[in-house]
Amino acid sequence: MNRNSPLALVFHVLFLGFLLAPILIVCAVAFTPEGYLSLPTNGVSLRWFYAIGDNPEFVRAFRDSLLLGALSSTVAVAFSIPAALAIARHQFPGREVMTALFLSPLMVPHIVLGIAFLRFFTQIGLGGTFTGLVLSHVVIIIPFALRLILASSTGMDRSIENAAASLGASSFTTFRRVTLPLILPGVASGWVLAFINSFDEVTMTVFIASPETTTLPVRLFLYIQDNIDPLVAAVSAALIFMTVAAMLVLDRLYGLERLLVGRGQE
Amino acid sequence: MTAVPESNSLTASHDTAASPSPAPADRRRWVPYLLSLPALALFAVLLLVPLAMTALLSLNSFGFYTGIQDVWQFGNYLEIFSDSYFHEVFLRTFRIAFLVTLICAVIGAPEAYILRRMRSPWRGICLLIVLGPLLISVVSRTLGWALLLGSTGLINQGLMAIGVISTPIEFMYTETGVVIALTHVLVPFMVLSVWASLQRLDPQIENAALSLGAKPFTVLRRVVLPQIIPGILSGSIIVFALAASAFATPAIIGGRRLKVAATLAYDEFLNTLNWPLGAAVAILLLIANIVIIVGCNRLIERRYKQVFE
Repeated sequence: MNRNSPLALVFHVLFLGFLLAPILIVCAVAFTPEGYLSLPTNGVSLRWFYAIGDNPEFVRAFRDSLLLGALSSTVAVAFSIPAALAIARHQFPGREVMTALFLSPLMVPHIVLGIAFLRFFTQIGLGGTFTGLVLSHVVIIIPFALRLILASSTGMDRSIENAAASLGASSFTTFRRVTLPLILPGVASGWVLAFINSFDEVTMTVFIASPETTTLPVRLFLYIQDNIDPLVAAVSAALIFMTVAAMLVLDRLYGLERLLVGRGQE
Repeated sequence: MTAVPESNSLTASHDTAASPSPAPADRRRWVPYLLSLPALALFAVLLLVPLAMTALLSLNSFGFYTGIQDVWQFGNYLEIFSDSYFHEVFLRTFRIAFLVTLICAVIGAPEAYILRRMRSPWRGICLLIVLGPLLISVVSRTLGWALLLGSTGLINQGLMAIGVISTPIEFMYTETGVVIALTHVLVPFMVLSVWASLQRLDPQIENAALSLGAKPFTVLRRVVLPQIIPGILSGSIIVFALAASAFATPAIIGGRRLKVAATLAYDEFLNTLNWPLGAAVAILLLIANIVIIVGCNRLIERRYKQVFE
């Protein structure tokens, strides 16, 4: 068995420290009892977490973010399932181009998409609306949903479907009772990854959100640009705690490595 | 955001259904198009049209009193190419992206290698710590760096306490600060990419080299490194593309004065309200991004064909 040398382990510890330091400092500062930015050296306090409740704009942005994430990832999955089935099981002219098109939002910088959607939505009268937010988020999260659904439908055994069809099931029944249950792990994890990406998106959303309908990361970003206080640390810490909880659940259910590395690369 | 897709491996052919008779086979030809029609229509309306409109917008002109003028000209591009202010911004953007890519490769590749050599429970835990930050909001992570790097931040306080420096180093609103924070945001992509290429590496080859008398460093240099270079390169493409178009981190750490291409476009759009110029900056960024990603991918695939097969 190859082992890491002591030097390698020192490097490893420094690397993990580098990755964890900014996240830990946000969580630590959030617990400060003082009225200014400081580490909680004189005991811990939850006052800044309670203060989030006194700022309805953060609470409303959080609610909007959850709704936006849930809606747009559901729509994205609904569009991705038939497209993934087409790509995974059929050879047809234009298949490569189509796949590249569906994955292309990953290659376009989000700043460019933000500008494009701002221009587009103001022209067609959807500027600053929640509908506009949902539509734009659907486009940028489809690649994530599509990749995982594609991975689960590529390795599928077609003979079960053929059996269902030969036993007289209609093609919709076959899809609902046979195909969908088989690709469900991919669909579910695709939904979760799409939700996370929608929930965390800031660069594109900052262009198309309005003061009335905005998301939590955008609200946080605009607040930080003006001033940094323990309140934003508390909001960030709350976000981090929720993400870590979701991450642990996801790791148990699907395996974080599999989700992020993708089955196609194994 | 996750890694750039490996579209080739995902789209491997799995068309096994044989058609029993010619008539259904003819109908079957249209099935894949019908299935992907909704998504195709969505992308045509919501991706291609907005991008085309932005390209057209970048050709319009803008005046402080006249607003956006519906004329076709290349004035915005000429302004960007001739004005030294824009040169400086684009140069800074690519300088930052290059440095971030270099640092990510230098620290991310060894980390992926160390992770692979770890034992079972530790490996999973450490991988979770390395990849987890990808799922945490960029704004929260950058806020952490703003807290650490400020003139009264932990890093300056620590350095002053142990007597390395007497006056605080200014990290905020500097390129150094932006590079540090962006490296933190993007290094998981490098680890991920190298990790994927390490999965193909057979540990027995290393053992063979060792048993033949090679020193551990020679094994690393002559056996491991050549095999993970494609992983490092494709990780570098992802990191460079994301660093060059990064917005939230340079906006928070760099502030309003240290502009990069993305924050420049944001300012033209939402503060100066010169939309055509902002659109031109965005289109240039998009073209640069696509040229770098597609060009480098082609190059790597040609150069390292045998490793990908």
